[in-house]
Amino acid sequence: MTQYIIEAEGLTKKFGDLAAVDGINFHVNAGECFGILGPNGAGKTTTVRMAYGFSPKTAGTLKVFGLDIEKDWRSIKSRIGVCQQENSLDPDLSVEQNLLVFARYFNIPPGRAREKAQQLLQFISLDNRRGAKVTELSGGMMRRMILARSLINDPELLILDEPTTGLDPQARHQLWQRLEELKAGGLTILLTTHYMDEASRLCDRLVIMHQGKILVEGKPADLIREHVGHNVIEVDDPAEKLRAFVKSQSLECEDLGHRLIIYGQGRDDLFHEIGDRFCTGGCILRMATLEDVFLKLTGRELKE
Amino acid sequence: MNALFSVSISKRFWRVWQRNFTVYQKIWKISFIPPLFEPLFYLLAFGIGLGALVGKISYHGAPVSYIAFLAPALIAVNIMNNAFFENTYASFVRMYHQKTFDAMLATPLSIDEIITGEIIWGATKSVIATAIMLIVISLFGLIHYPSGLLILPLAFLGGIAFGAIGMYFTGITPTIDMFNLPIFLFVTPMFLFSGTFFPAENLPAWAQAMALIFPLTHLVTLVRAFSLGSITAHLLWSVMYLIIFCMVFFPLALIKMRRRLIK
Repeated sequence: MTQYIIEAEGLTKKFGDLAAVDGINFHVNAGECFGILGPNGAGKTTTVRMAYGFSPKTAGTLKVFGLDIEKDWRSIKSRIGVCQQENSLDPDLSVEQNLLVFARYFNIPPGRAREKAQQLLQFISLDNRRGAKVTELSGGMMRRMILARSLINDPELLILDEPTTGLDPQARHQLWQRLEELKAGGLTILLTTHYMDEASRLCDRLVIMHQGKILVEGKPADLIREHVGHNVIEVDDPAEKLRAFVKSQSLECEDLGHRLIIYGQGRDDLFHEIGDRFCTGGCILRMATLEDVFLKLTGRELKE
Repeated sequence: MNALFSVSISKRFWRVWQRNFTVYQKIWKISFIPPLFEPLFYLLAFGIGLGALVGKISYHGAPVSYIAFLAPALIAVNIMNNAFFENTYASFVRMYHQKTFDAMLATPLSIDEIITGEIIWGATKSVIATAIMLIVISLFGLIHYPSGLLILPLAFLGGIAFGAIGMYFTGITPTIDMFNLPIFLFVTPMFLFSGTFFPAENLPAWAQAMALIFPLTHLVTLVRAFSLGSITAHLLWSVMYLIIFCMVFFPLALIKMRRRLIK
């Protein structure tokens, strides 16, 4: 029997009467990158916080490496690396000291810690800034530092809570590249994000959460095919005749008023038919993405 | 409460102490200055300036120069301030603004170890400051040895007492500005009425009784006795008081910080 790295059943977290996580089931396989997607307030952070022993669960079972997080938290925590959402680098310490001091929390001997710190600073291309104050680093560098710090104990599982929120495109790609290298090395990754491109690029499997519940689970490509199809047609200022046509053909669509989004469902000829008959301009055909699935399932209104 | 959050203190709390010590090593040159100069300022202003007016005072029936009376109290106040301010403002900044505790909680450290490490560190700062002050004040010939050496372990005990109550306030304060309240209502009255600048015996009877509630009163009594070399069995009451104070506020600090940090 293969052992799951993380296994959650009926996992629930309540704050007062509010169920932030409402009886979810999921598992993470060894060596995969598993994503938890969802709008703000969906329960992503609460879920991973339970997984790394930061928040106690209200109900359900949660096992990491087959161990009970409540009983064996110390041995579990010594085997995982965590990148929290907020910047928790130590501003009182230099770049290198941040890694060395963190290594002590894991009881890593000083010699081994220095070696590992050197290796990690090279990995994140900050070995020329080892003496710098962390407050002097750019946002992207800080994120890479947090990643390096989470790897100090050679973790078997890496937990990333919105690792690229607030970063510019260059910094995001830098970080993704590092994560892909780690994944190629066989590291198991649990990732939360609300960026669909990030999830598509990194995740082997993912769940989409909404209001504390899991809506769907699967591989990114499968989810797109199942819920949206290959293509999406977007029409600006759609004519009434088009709306009637869509209705008569019972095509799946979303009407945003000034814009009509029609899910292709594998009909390649549809775009030409619509383009020729109903559109004068502002009609495009594009590949369906995870973002379409996400918006379709979680709705388009603001979540906060 | 499940097992994850029941009391768990291993010697790993030492790692938290080490983190603070590493930071201290970077700024030790600045940290050394206050305990070096503060007693000098006070001894100059109150001991020599005010002492000229006061002359000798009667302490437990024996005449003592005002400066010899005052110097031990300065040490006691410094023990209080070092631990109390370390475990209020400094700990609060680490907890709330720097997210240092959050980062530690993603490692094999428990909340209890983090808080214990912080309080022991606060007490360590009290000991360091006390050692520096002892040297300075000894140069004036105001400390009786070898009994004066007892002040060092006493600084550790007093540091834990004031660090624990400081950490308790850190556990319940909504914002950093609200520390003004315990300082105004707790620290300042103690600073003035714990037999620091004048013998508590000069107070009316009811105020003397109230002063006995203050932990600083007991700390001042002990430091003064060790400095003057007048050790009596009566002092055990003050030691007991400080130990009991630690035994009450140390667990209370853990409870309040757990409540604050566990989400």
